[in-house]
Amino acid sequence: MARLNTPVMLKISDLTVGYGAITAVKGLSLEVREGEIVSVIGSNGAGKSTTLRTVSGLMKPKSGSIEFLGEKIDGIPGHEIVAKGICQSPEGRRIFPKMTVDENLDLGAYLRKDGAAVKEARERVLELFPRLRERINQKAGTMSGGEQQMLAVGRALMGNPKLLVLDEPSMGLAPVLVDLIFETIETIRKSGVTILLVEQNALAALRIADYAYVLESGNLKLEGDGSKLADDPAIAQAYLGG
Amino acid sequence: MSNTSVAAHTAVTNNRKWAIGYVSVVATIFVLNKFLLTYLNSDVQKFFNSWFSLSSLAEIMIWILMALGLNIIVGYAGLLDLGYVAFWALGGYVAGWLMSPFFSSLQFNFFGHARKGFEFGIHFHVLIVLILGGCFTAIWGVIIGGPTLRLKSDYLALVTLGFGEIIPQFMLNGSNIAGHNLTNGAQGIGGLDEINLFGYVIGTFAMPEKFLMVSILAGGMIFFSIRLRDGRLGRAWLAIREDELAASMMGVPLWRTKFSSYSIGAVSGGVGGVAFAILVGGVYADRFNFVISIIILSMVVLGGMGNVWGVVVGATVLSWINSIGLVQVGDLINNTFGTHVNFPSYQFLIFGLLLVLMMLFRREGFLPEARMRMVMQDEKGDVDKKVSDETKIASN
Repeated sequence: MARLNTPVMLKISDLTVGYGAITAVKGLSLEVREGEIVSVIGSNGAGKSTTLRTVSGLMKPKSGSIEFLGEKIDGIPGHEIVAKGICQSPEGRRIFPKMTVDENLDLGAYLRKDGAAVKEARERVLELFPRLRERINQKAGTMSGGEQQMLAVGRALMGNPKLLVLDEPSMGLAPVLVDLIFETIETIRKSGVTILLVEQNALAALRIADYAYVLESGNLKLEGDGSKLADDPAIAQAYLGG
Repeated sequence: MSNTSVAAHTAVTNNRKWAIGYVSVVATIFVLNKFLLTYLNSDVQKFFNSWFSLSSLAEIMIWILMALGLNIIVGYAGLLDLGYVAFWALGGYVAGWLMSPFFSSLQFNFFGHARKGFEFGIHFHVLIVLILGGCFTAIWGVIIGGPTLRLKSDYLALVTLGFGEIIPQFMLNGSNIAGHNLTNGAQGIGGLDEINLFGYVIGTFAMPEKFLMVSILAGGMIFFSIRLRDGRLGRAWLAIREDELAASMMGVPLWRTKFSSYSIGAVSGGVGGVAFAILVGGVYADRFNFVISIIILSMVVLGGMGNVWGVVVGATVLSWINSIGLVQVGDLINNTFGTHVNFPSYQFLIFGLLLVLMMLFRREGFLPEARMRMVMQDEKGDVDKKVSDETKIASN
């Protein structure tokens, strides 16, 4: 798949972020266009999660800027970024374990005031993940890892995102479930949501991506169409275990 | 979906049951003490006065008020406050300042009810003092919580610990602030005004009426706590308590939400402080120490963090043990076995033992919040269940 010719939704320019003296992301630039699936891959410590934390307002950049729909969003608090339409399914799922599935979904729509639209969103999420409907009154912490991941994605969708950010959605899941999650990601994109996907499972992430970025120790190493990178022997050797 | 509404419905009926129970207990105690007790024989009178004296029952209501206030901070939002006594003290002194002859150089009366011959000082109406007490502690909540809540929550514990030490010390030594006597030092401020509620005067020693008054306040606090918990803010607090980062990603404004919990808790402490000062007719600095903060915290933890009725039970049981139980049960044991153990002096030993036992055998509290119970009891069987679920999905 190749890059779409749509307007730019998220634009990260020359972003540098660090923890104290350590610089985790060094001058990263990337773009997500409307309707795309963009994957960011790289090994542990490549700076993927730091980039996402900065996008969702949990960290402030040292330099560089992040623009969402033409508006500068770096440095503003997390809840305002959610209000602008960037919803995230965090690394490690981080569902609320002591709340029911229903209450978790409710919190995903925390900033939305329109009850009818929230109900509709809930219905769509439950159609996407029928498994969640079966477990609607179960405590989220008692569900399996795969179900928790579904809940994390569903919860993020409840916020009616323009851009859905998925941080390691396949982490720790059985291969069958990984396939299921990636299929669902494509379904979500078809419904009109733009997706920024961060993954260690490089092959799957590249296959569904329109465009992909490869990070290595905080630097951008490669970028290109998802399918092209998936076939690149250098990539295969470095990230796909081939 | 229908399950959700059934669950919600059960919760509502449960709450109604508890509410009816609360009102009947309060009404029975009031009627018994106000009208019936004098007609009963002296043994029965003695029994009630020693095991369930009205003044200690009224004090239990104050503890309930305090524990529910702290529950909003600790139980709902999961912030650790180790100096809640400061709000109790500040509220108490507001009552001391605004409804007593203490500032004798002034003479100000705003719907107050000063005693004859003590018209000097400041005399506000009791309802206004309750509101002002709440406002005053709210300001202190802003001062303490505002900057601290931006940091990690561990710092709140430290700062409140200091706050809970400083305020009582200030009150104890505040008899000469640049030549002004602000707190009357260790003697405290006594002789609070009588209460005049729309023409009905409640004297200093009118215990049944005072009991009814603090019970109404505590009842209001119970209602308020339940409404808060079930509302949007309540859900945001629970989310922060469970996972701050995830809550922020859902769009919950962290600082504002924590801050609202801390301020509401502060206001409740202030109102409780005013009520306590009115109950005992004065405010005395040596009553406010670190131990009080810890006792209130134990009430919240033992009762079942986050569960309103659990906290009510925790506060009732602990404060009854404290004020009556140890003395009476101790006497009973001494008389039966001919021993001479001074049980009240072992108060904290017994308290500590109770806490340890609870943490060993019933971590979730007397009446745990439903979601706590689920998780704490499910911990064992959880692993097997997860595995079987995983295979189930995979085979789908």
